[in-house]
This record gives sequence, structure tokens and C-alpha cells, in this order.
Amino acid sequence: MNDEDIVIHTDKLRKQFGNFVAVEDISFDVKKGEIFGFLGANGAGKTTAMRMLCGLSYPTSGIATVAGFDVSKHQEEVKKNIGYMSQKFSLYDDLKVWENIRLFGGIYGMKSAKIKTKTDEILNELGLENERNKFVGELPLGWKQKLSFSISIFHEPKVVFLDEPTGGVDPVTRRHFWELIYKAVSRGITIFVTTHYMDEAEYCNRVSIMVDGKIKALDSPSNLKQEFGASSMEQVFFRLAREAERKGD
Amino acid sequence: MIRFLLEKEFKQIFRNKFIPKMLIMMPLMIMFVLPWAANQEVKDIRLGVVNYDNREISNRLIDKITSSDYFILVDDYLSAREANDAVERGDIDMILEIPNNFEKEMIRSHNVKVMIATNSVNGTKGVLGTSYLSSIINDYSNDITINHGIIAGKSNINLSVKYLFNVLMDYKVFMIPALIVMLLTMLSGFLPALNIVSEKEVGTIEQINVSPINRLTFVLSKLIPYWVIGIVIMSVCLIVAALVYNLLPAGNVFTIYLFSILYILVVSGLGIVLSNYSDTMQQAMFVMFFFVMILMLMSGLYTPISGMPDWARYITIVNPLKYYIEVMRSVYLKGSTFFDLIPQFYALVVFALFFNCWAVISYKKRN
Repeated sequence: MNDEDIVIHTDKLRKQFGNFVAVEDISFDVKKGEIFGFLGANGAGKTTAMRMLCGLSYPTSGIATVAGFDVSKHQEEVKKNIGYMSQKFSLYDDLKVWENIRLFGGIYGMKSAKIKTKTDEILNELGLENERNKFVGELPLGWKQKLSFSISIFHEPKVVFLDEPTGGVDPVTRRHFWELIYKAVSRGITIFVTTHYMDEAEYCNRVSIMVDGKIKALDSPSNLKQEFGASSMEQVFFRLAREAERKGD
Repeated sequence: MIRFLLEKEFKQIFRNKFIPKMLIMMPLMIMFVLPWAANQEVKDIRLGVVNYDNREISNRLIDKITSSDYFILVDDYLSAREANDAVERGDIDMILEIPNNFEKEMIRSHNVKVMIATNSVNGTKGVLGTSYLSSIINDYSNDITINHGIIAGKSNINLSVKYLFNVLMDYKVFMIPALIVMLLTMLSGFLPALNIVSEKEVGTIEQINVSPINRLTFVLSKLIPYWVIGIVIMSVCLIVAALVYNLLPAGNVFTIYLFSILYILVVSGLGIVLSNYSDTMQQAMFVMFFFVMILMLMSGLYTPISGMPDWARYITIVNPLKYYIEVMRSVYLKGSTFFDLIPQFYALVVFALFFNCWAVISYKKRN
């Protein structure tokens, strides 16, 4: 495998809060254009690991590079090359749809004219042309999440981190959401996604399953099912998560 | 990059249901209501008189006292004890006791003693009442000596009070510059800080932290709108002071602006520091309340610093509000120039550097 094809690389990445080891020496690689599912029960350390990769949290030890930049030393370079959509909905409710797009485009250094044409494109793609002048706070949750995703990839990042992007969203909208993800992948964007929905895990090219801060399994969904002799990802997940000693939060 | 953030901030401020209303209400309250309410001038002091003399000269003295705005004659009492009882019942605030040889002694030796007794439970009223009454009696004794053809200038109570700069002792003139300071503290210091904490609470700050925006840009985008609003509102207040209270700064307006901008840097730095250490609005509000109380009460805004005990005076040295109030009052009332205010200038520069460095260091994009 060529080095240039590796977008995320971690080696014994660790995060410790006092005596508590939230993430224990995880090592993995994510390839360009891959949909990488990052699974685990609540409290397994997924969000902590993701925050380290996004430059929101300092690793205690170990190495992680994202888009070729070390997250400990060059986090500002990392940030230019990633998109992030947090668990909590994080667009501005008191700004209109187009204003949110414009703001985040501007933050990533895009020019006004470019933002304008691209805004039309994504509103068209999302079917939100009529909502352009609505306040984001007035949109239903599913629409907000789709908008939030489109904004997180608006500046064409190399990788986008999605932290439970479809939590609380209805099945139809979830399907739409995944269609958007596939479109992004076809443009060469790498997807790093956490989820609790096992049907979504099946959509990923590869998944890792975290238990108690460690990665217990990492492979394609079909290989994992075979390895664990399970008929679905749900069964695979149950087999592994049952061993967890940590209580979920 | 900052252009987009500023656009966002201004939109959010003016779309907020509450903030634009406050931006109008606060200066109105401060300029039209507080100068009248935060007034320590004492009027209508209830006076009881015990006049053992009861002759023409003493009666005319009482007339003179009650014809002023300051005193209301409640009753004549026959004895000092009766008057004391009235004070205890709360019927009167002060007693004026005139001895029975008052007129005789006044004419003979122009050296008589009258007694003033004051209920000092309300200290301000007590002190000011005593001083007003003494000065009326003093005046009167001068009148008498002249009327009786005796050489003037031999007054029996030698009171000499001279009010500098605020000649009419108009309390409003004293308060308005300081009230503007208070307004600026709230608008440019604490509002942006609360704004940052609210982004933390809602979670939108994550989306900012994960972007390549540097922290200085982000903090500036929070501060600049409130600096602009602060300066605009201060200008409105200066105009209102001129039009409504006929109060024009004796010194240079540019000195006022120079120091105001410097002071805004100080308080907004302090605000950012507080916001960096607060995770919730509730926490931030509580801490700010604590600081507002101390900054205000130890600034000389209401009570003169010279009247504080030594240890308290040392504390006021580290209160930036104190320096700015001194500047505003002396430029407004004394007409001080920039060169008179060099010590205050240095003090504020030190505070500005201190708080803003602290603010930048304590702002963390990650943990």
C-alpha cells in the first residue's frame, strides 16, 4: 500500500485522564476514499479518540497523523484538511441556512463568489432551495443533520469526521444521509464515522469495534461476520461488547 | 476571515430578542433615571427646635432655617428631653437647641453657643444636615453683626467650606461621568464574555475549534462588535449629558475617548479571562456579579476612596475602574489634560496588557 493513500494513521495512540485510560494504545490506518466505521458502546472511548484526531484533544502518548500532518505538532494544518460534524448539532440556530453556509465557507478561507455558487449547488442537492432564507433553528432535525454534513464537507476536506451523525433521525432521512456520504466518497473524501446503528455499519468499507478503550476487531463487515460466525454486524457487536467491563455513560 | 465572523456576530446581536432592547434601555436608565436616584443630596430634613430664648433674633434664625429647601420645621419643643423623645420616636432627624440668653449674648459679645443634635443612624443625612445647618447659622450670625452696626467678619461659628470645581455641589454632575463608566464596563466587558460562554454551552464553539481559525481572530470577532457598540453608546451618553444636564466636559473630549478605548481593552480582557474559566452561563454570571460588586463599590463611584480604611485603599490600587472614574471625573469637572493623567494612563496600560495576555494564554482550543 502506498503511503499517499493513507489518510489517517495512528500508532499506539493513547489518552489518559488521571488513572483512567480512555483510549488505550490504538493503532490503525484509514485509506483514501474509504468509509471507515468506528464502532463501540457508549463510554468505549470513540469520541475521545476522534477528538484527538481532530486536534481538539492532546494525545497522552502515541502517534497520529491525519492528511499527512501530526496531530500533536501540526494540528492547525490538520484542521485545514478535515471536516467535523459533532454529536451535538452545531450550526447556528439564529443564522439563516445560507448564512451558516457562508460563515463556514468563510472560516475555511473560501472567497465570497465561490461560496455563492457552491451554496446554490448544495441547496439544490439537498432540496433545500426554498429553505435558503429560513433560520436553521426552524428546520426539522433530519434536515439540520443533512445540512450540517454538507457544510462539514463544503471546503472539500480530505477527511470528514462524523460523530453519530444520524442519532435521532428517522430511517428515510438516514437513507438520504448515507446517499450524501456515498456522493462525498465518490469525490474522493474519506469518511470516518461513529454510529450505534448496525445497519449503517454494513454500509462501511471497514469497521473497527472498540471495547474499553481498545480496538477489539478491525476488518470489512463481511470478514468480521465470517470470523465471528455471525449473520449480522449486530451479532458481531454483541459478542464483543458483552465482554466490556466499563459501564456505558 | 474575520469579516465573516464579524458579519455573524452583528447579525446575532441584532437578531437577539433581548440584547438590542437592553442596548437601548441601559443608557436610558443610566442617563435619565440614575442621576436623580443615585443622588446623595439631602433634602427635607425634619428639624425640631427647642427655643429657650424665644425672642426676635432667635425666631428670625428659625425662620431663616425653615425657609431653605433643606429643613422642615416639625415642632417646637419645650425641653431638650421632649425633643430627644421625638428623635427616638423617629418624628424628627435633628434638634436645634437655642439657649435662653441667645439674643442678649448675641448683641453683647456675639459669641453664643447653640446646640445641634443629630440622629446619625443615616450617616449621610446626619453629616450633611449638620453641615447645612451650621452654615445657615454662620450666615445668619454674620447678618446680625452687620444689622447691629458692629464690625462685620466676627462670626461666632467659623465655618469655612469651599467647594471646588463642582461649585453648585450638584450631585448629578458628579455621578454622570461615573455612570458612563459603569455602562461601558457592562457593555464592553461582560456582554462579550457571556457571549463566548453561551457558545460553549450550546456547543457551537466545537465547530469553531475544529476549524483552522486562530484564537486571536475568534476572540477579536467577539470583542469588536461590543467595542463599537460601547463607543457609540458612550457618545450618545455624552450628547445626552450635554443636552439634558448641560454638562460639557471641561477638558478635551479626545482625552475622554482615548481613555475610554484603553479602558474598554482592560475590561474586555478581564471578561475573556472569566469566560475562559467558565463552562456555563450560570457560573459566568455568578463570577461576574462578584467582580462587578467589588469593582463598583471599591472604585470611588459611590463612596470616596479617601474615606476608606488603609487596607481597603490598597485594594483599590488594583481596581482598573478606579483609574478610569478618576479620569472621567477630572476631565469632566476639572478639565484635566492628558498630561495630568499620566499615572492613570500607565495604570490602565498595565491592566490592559495583563488581562489580555492572560486571556490569550488561558484560551484553549483543545484540552
